[in-house]
Amino acid sequence: MTEQELKIQERKAAHSGGETTKNEAYFAPQVDIFETDTDVIVIADMPGVTTDGVDLSLEDNVLTIQGHRVLAKQPGRVLLEEYESGHYLRRFTVAETIDQDKIDASLADGVLRVRLPKTGPAQPKRIEVKLG
Amino acid sequence: MAFIRFADRPAFRNPWAEFERIRQGLDELSRTYVDKGKGQSRANVYPALNIYEESDRLIVTAELPGVKAQDLELSIEGETLTLQGRRDRKQQDPGVSYHRREIESGSFSRAITLPIKVDVEQIGAKLNNGILTVTLMKASAVTPRQIKVSAE
Repeated sequence: MTEQELKIQERKAAHSGGETTKNEAYFAPQVDIFETDTDVIVIADMPGVTTDGVDLSLEDNVLTIQGHRVLAKQPGRVLLEEYESGHYLRRFTVAETIDQDKIDASLADGVLRVRLPKTGPAQPKRIEVKLG
Repeated sequence: MAFIRFADRPAFRNPWAEFERIRQGLDELSRTYVDKGKGQSRANVYPALNIYEESDRLIVTAELPGVKAQDLELSIEGETLTLQGRRDRKQQDPGVSYHRREIESGSFSRAITLPIKVDVEQIGAKLNNGILTVTLMKASAVTPRQIKVSAE
């Protein structure tokens, strides 16, 4: 099997609603989202972000992933500039009910992995009807 | 700071080549002023690279999320820097169902000709949080050197 060649993916700017005062770009990271029996897993590409730069929140079923990075001033003179560095921002509406307290996230090689554990399906409650 | 290397100019002045040079210069001008901050020069081959020049070194950076240091290979031959590597997709259990699948996996290979001679013995590369930074020291022949001016 021949291996697939990686291609350059277009970068989409992300908007947090309203412009930011700082002239720093936000991009929407590429993500993989999948679901197992117990969890929803979100994987996001965020090169350059360290663990303290990651900001995760889940409010009203909206998962917000933010990655802030230290945007170092470019050294010297630019000879070639094919990509732009920026922060990362992306939001998702999560349909499943998530156990907020058990969310965990890890970061390796610039890739963030968030595990959102699903709460067990609500047990249907059977209501006995008695003859009156 | 703009400076023109003598080597950039043809030895024989071909009038058409001169037009071509002007055209390229204008292209470059329009690129720097019109596209500033967006597309920049579009890369066709993964990964996209940024190259910076300092007085004594060249710095090449690339964003390589998910690529492990052991899966990345860098080599230099003369003035050609080659980056090769691959990104593996973590094998998931067959029971999972994908909602979104945007991250690609696969191999990449890119060779780039450096604009300046570098010292092949002094090259440093580090991969940190998915960002590759290659520092190449310029060959001593092209490193700027202070020239003492003495009064007689």
